[in-house]
Amino acid sequence: MTDMTATQTQAEKLDSAASRKARIMGGILIALALLVLFVLDVVPGESATFRLTTRRDAIQIPDLVVPGAFNMVCAALLAFLGVRQLLRGGARWTSLSLGFGLLLLVMAFLVWATAGKAFNLTSMLQAAVLASVPIALGGLAGVMSERVAVVNIAIEGMLLAGAFAGALIGSLLGGWIGLVAAILVGGCFGLLLATLVVTFRMDQIIAGVVINLFVLGVTSYVSSQVFAEYRFLNNAKVFRAWEIPLLSDIPVIGPMLFDQNLFVYGAFILVGIATYYLFHTRNGLRARAVGEHPRAADTLGVDVYVTRYVHVTIAGMIAGFGGAFFTLGNVGRFEENMTNGRGYIGLAAMIFGRWHPVGALSAALIFGFADSIQQKLALLNTPIPSEFLAMAPYIATIIVVAGLVGRSRPPAADGKPYVKE
Amino acid sequence: MDVELRGITKRFGSVVANDNVNLTIRGGEVLGLLGENGAGKSTMMNMLSGLYTPDEGEILIDGKKVEFDGPGDGIEAGIGMVHQHFMLVPVFTVAENVVLGVEPTGKMGYLDMRRARRQVEEINEKYGLHVPPDELIEELPVGIQQRVEILKVLFRSADVLILDEPTAVLTPQEVREFFGIVNTLKEAGKAIVFITHKLHEILEISDRVSVLRQGRITGEGDPKTLTEADLAEMMVGRPVSFTTDKEPAKPGRTMIEMQNVSMLDETDEIVLERVSMSVRSGEVVGVAGVQGNGQTELVEALTGLERVASGKIIFDGTDITTASVRERHKMGMAHIPEDRHKSGMVDSFTIAENMVLNNYYAPEYSRGWAIDWNKVAETSARYCVEFDVRTPSVYLPGGSLSGGNQQKMVVARELERETKLVIASQPTRGVDVGSIEYIHERLIQARDEGDGVLIVSSELDEVLGLSDRIYVMYDGRIVAEFDNTGGKADRNAVGLAMAGAHNGDAATGEGDAA
Amino acid sequence: MTEHDDLKGVNERMRSLMARTTHGRDDFEDLVIVPLFAVVVALVFGALIMLATAVDIPTIGRSFAALAIGSVGSLNAWSETLTAAIPLVLAGLGLGLGFRAGLFNIGAEGQLVMGGLAAVIAGFSLDFLPIVIHLPLTLLIGIAVGAGYAAIAGILKATTGAHEVISTIMLNLISFELLNWLLRQPWLQREGRSDPISKSVPDSAQLPQLLDWINPNLRLHAGLFVMLIAVAFIWWLLFRSKIGFAFRASGENPSAANYAGMKASFVIVLAMATAGGLAGLAGASQITGVLGRASPGFSAGIGFDAIAVALLGRSHPVGILFAGILFGGLEAGGRQMQVAAGVSIDLIGIIQALIIVFIAAPLLVRAIFPWGFRRNGRKEDAA
Repeated sequence: MTDMTATQTQAEKLDSAASRKARIMGGILIALALLVLFVLDVVPGESATFRLTTRRDAIQIPDLVVPGAFNMVCAALLAFLGVRQLLRGGARWTSLSLGFGLLLLVMAFLVWATAGKAFNLTSMLQAAVLASVPIALGGLAGVMSERVAVVNIAIEGMLLAGAFAGALIGSLLGGWIGLVAAILVGGCFGLLLATLVVTFRMDQIIAGVVINLFVLGVTSYVSSQVFAEYRFLNNAKVFRAWEIPLLSDIPVIGPMLFDQNLFVYGAFILVGIATYYLFHTRNGLRARAVGEHPRAADTLGVDVYVTRYVHVTIAGMIAGFGGAFFTLGNVGRFEENMTNGRGYIGLAAMIFGRWHPVGALSAALIFGFADSIQQKLALLNTPIPSEFLAMAPYIATIIVVAGLVGRSRPPAADGKPYVKE
Repeated sequence: MDVELRGITKRFGSVVANDNVNLTIRGGEVLGLLGENGAGKSTMMNMLSGLYTPDEGEILIDGKKVEFDGPGDGIEAGIGMVHQHFMLVPVFTVAENVVLGVEPTGKMGYLDMRRARRQVEEINEKYGLHVPPDELIEELPVGIQQRVEILKVLFRSADVLILDEPTAVLTPQEVREFFGIVNTLKEAGKAIVFITHKLHEILEISDRVSVLRQGRITGEGDPKTLTEADLAEMMVGRPVSFTTDKEPAKPGRTMIEMQNVSMLDETDEIVLERVSMSVRSGEVVGVAGVQGNGQTELVEALTGLERVASGKIIFDGTDITTASVRERHKMGMAHIPEDRHKSGMVDSFTIAENMVLNNYYAPEYSRGWAIDWNKVAETSARYCVEFDVRTPSVYLPGGSLSGGNQQKMVVARELERETKLVIASQPTRGVDVGSIEYIHERLIQARDEGDGVLIVSSELDEVLGLSDRIYVMYDGRIVAEFDNTGGKADRNAVGLAMAGAHNGDAATGEGDAA
Repeated sequence: MTEHDDLKGVNERMRSLMARTTHGRDDFEDLVIVPLFAVVVALVFGALIMLATAVDIPTIGRSFAALAIGSVGSLNAWSETLTAAIPLVLAGLGLGLGFRAGLFNIGAEGQLVMGGLAAVIAGFSLDFLPIVIHLPLTLLIGIAVGAGYAAIAGILKATTGAHEVISTIMLNLISFELLNWLLRQPWLQREGRSDPISKSVPDSAQLPQLLDWINPNLRLHAGLFVMLIAVAFIWWLLFRSKIGFAFRASGENPSAANYAGMKASFVIVLAMATAGGLAGLAGASQITGVLGRASPGFSAGIGFDAIAVALLGRSHPVGILFAGILFGGLEAGGRQMQVAAGVSIDLIGIIQALIIVFIAAPLLVRAIFPWGFRRNGRKEDAA
């Protein structure tokens, strides 16, 4: 017992990595406080109105009116958190403080942008969920393949391929067959990635980049060579939102979660299935073993190559489904490079979500939120140029990857080819 | 169950790993299999477990011929292998590791962990293994991890257990305990193959012994009638002296000193706790301990690879606590790293490039901002001749050398400089006996030229054989110090300290007397 | 006497140890046969894709003819090929250097945008300077800004371990937004224009054209010399200099580099910055040699194509030079192909991607062409 306390008192005096990080975070929080205080200051007396329901909704709840003084409170809270980090080096609460601090920043930002105006919060949240779908599915595809230790940079290409196949086949044979085609095409690219990295032991990152370039090349080529001439090939029917009775009447939550299209429900269900599969089934255990210690799995009779092939192909199918969202779930038309980096953001969501399906989904929701803020704020005439708002998710991704990589642990064999004998 | 190997041959490219090997394994018996590194022991056993397929010859189980195509086949036939490097998933629990591949399953592939846990407990009880089924592997000490490996094999109802260098990671006392388990298994009728290069263990535990050299069986016999010297000769092919001849040490000034050094790992766990130690010029100091008790971190702190959290390090009178790796190197610190492949060399670089890996910036190789490669090649060639590194050319990749020659290359690079302190970590791991003798000689020579020498090794025999003074590490601390002048340190006492026994006071007392 | 003999023996051994080994057939296979096969197979696949998209066979024939003529068939074709090769080689050198140091930098495109933008700004705002100062200064500013932009990813990796693949991709996307925003700013936008286009770079900051005395339409510019100097410099840096040794060691075995006292964070940031500097130079040379101004998407995917160039050139400066010229030829020929045969230039992108597949997976090429490779046969003997 005395041993333990001796160790602990000593640990506090030691120059530990955590306390250094805590100090940096403290500095960041104080900077955020100053940002809120001086940049996001609201004229006293002005207030922001957030609409939660529209007139058409069955259940009405009143608007949320936030006085401008709210931002002063935010700044004070941020400063308090920052000073606490600096003084105490509270290693345990560092990330929690940072998370809370960022939440405060976002709220202060919304209040500042909406000050003196009204803004429909529910429709933004609904758009956020929609925007997070391809990111979540991309992240889930990443989880499935990285859990068997195959780094999947090719998600971007798989999304794009799914979008393309969805549009083309959807235009010719209808939405459902288009959807199946998107999943199959995604699966094919998963299979291709598996072949390149498992059988031909190509560098996993190069293989991913190449698939992305290849898909971009093929889809752009067909789009300019064929679609430009034959427009009917690129005009699919879109899956409309399905309202779930009763549940969709719940204010705020209803429109967010229960008045969405197939892809939103699909993403949630797939995340549930993947979680159960990975952590509660025999094959899931084997898959994780292949990702952590392939040789151990091999000596116990688990076929490492087959496991990797199967899971990377499934990852491709998930990404293909996510890609179909861009065309069949949104605009019905394919455009060159329309995924525009969502696959990479999905990869960041996977890292943020610590290689766990639910984590990836949560992270994707945050990215989707950043995405939809950008779109909706354009309507509010904020002085921030639209390009900078468009950068927000990218900058957020960098911060996430930089801030969390040290703490989250990828599968031990991630990125390494497995050679028998 | 009896297993017989008949005329087994296995080649890797042009290398013959096993050459016409015959071997019989019987139930209720411990077969000791002896051979030095690279003699072909592991290859042979990997064929028994189905990981490799033999090029020629056949394997018979109870007189019937069997053929193995994959790693699962050996275990299915009842042959289980406990690998030298544990095949355990660190982030899985014991039970998950044990059932992997033969999981109790419910409907729709549901993994029945309750049943798995119960099954683990049953075997635990039957053989007295005492393994906690719900602990994560990474949180268990290596001794327990090894039992998980044995449990894994028993869970698959193996009748033949192959134990590959099982004592390498154990303290002498743990070895005792481990032998107890082996005997229990033997009494239960299991056939056991005990692979090692430690002679006294073979003599103690096995009922029969076979010796392997360069892929061939070079000797067989009854351990009761054999001596260590006989076994050694069979293993190496010539008489071997086990003691390195050396004069008594003439310790001079303090070369390096650590004062109350503590260190944290990246998750802020304490890996070194208030370590104080010193090495004087003209003495060899050994650090003994079971792998993973802070020896690696001790070396990292001394060489500047990791920053220390508190305390002071003084090198020949200068405070180097915050000095960089290169600054320490320039001051005359030589470092033979514990894993040459991981950090001591770059496999794809030429031997010449590897010879200047940490010295390439030195003025004698420089032409402005460039490196004078002709000069480097010349020096490398000289080192190769002096240290007997066998290669046709210094322009070949370092990875093309054999293990012993690679290690000699690293040793040459480190010792052929003006040095004051040599830190040698596992200096002879994975090296043939000839190279071991040579490397030991060079280390003693460095001592006699007035260097301080620090040897960190998990081979207790190596520490006892070379050192003039011994520190023992346990759980990130130095728990005991022994005077070993003339080899007087008590092997048993060192072993006890390695296990963290709390009679360290007596041991330190002895150290104080020195 | 015997001592003398001993000494002679030692000298003999040393001399034999220092004898250079000749390059074996394996090197030849890796450096020549594999890339050759890769290009041929990629072209065949390109033909198949054209077939699949209902391009008839005569047109395919005309396409390949146009590809050949447009790339090497005339002086103009050569001028176009080399002009296209210049930024590819420059950016490819940077990426290759990064690969050697173990960094997978996907951010050349963004670094190129930033370098080009900086060159535009330096070009029109420092127009009071004489050409001997203005032009080099403009290029240097392009290098510096590209290096700085890449260093962000380097610093993030060195301090937090953020993987450079993701951070450089994000920096690419950020640079595009930044470009679009800057092009709308009054101080940068060309007077009297409402579309996003920058002011022009004055003559004093333009790389002079080399062949305009033959025909003013020949676009080849002095960037050619910049490219050749860069190839030589990077070769020296990688294989002769001390810092290059550290780069290569860090790339091959980071933990050995650490053991050898090479500071990982220093190497990462410096290698990243060098790579970014070269990409920035590629952007600056494109601006000052070809475009004369910046517009949205002026980088035209050069930074991504340069990844292929670096891989095809095996991250070796001389290899990158040849690979860059090959890709420049495909680019120039592709434009001709689009005009003469009506096949979209996007096809070139597919062919380039296929070339990398075959280069990066030599096992695949060996599987497709079991003959022509000695190693394959040897392996069968052993098995």
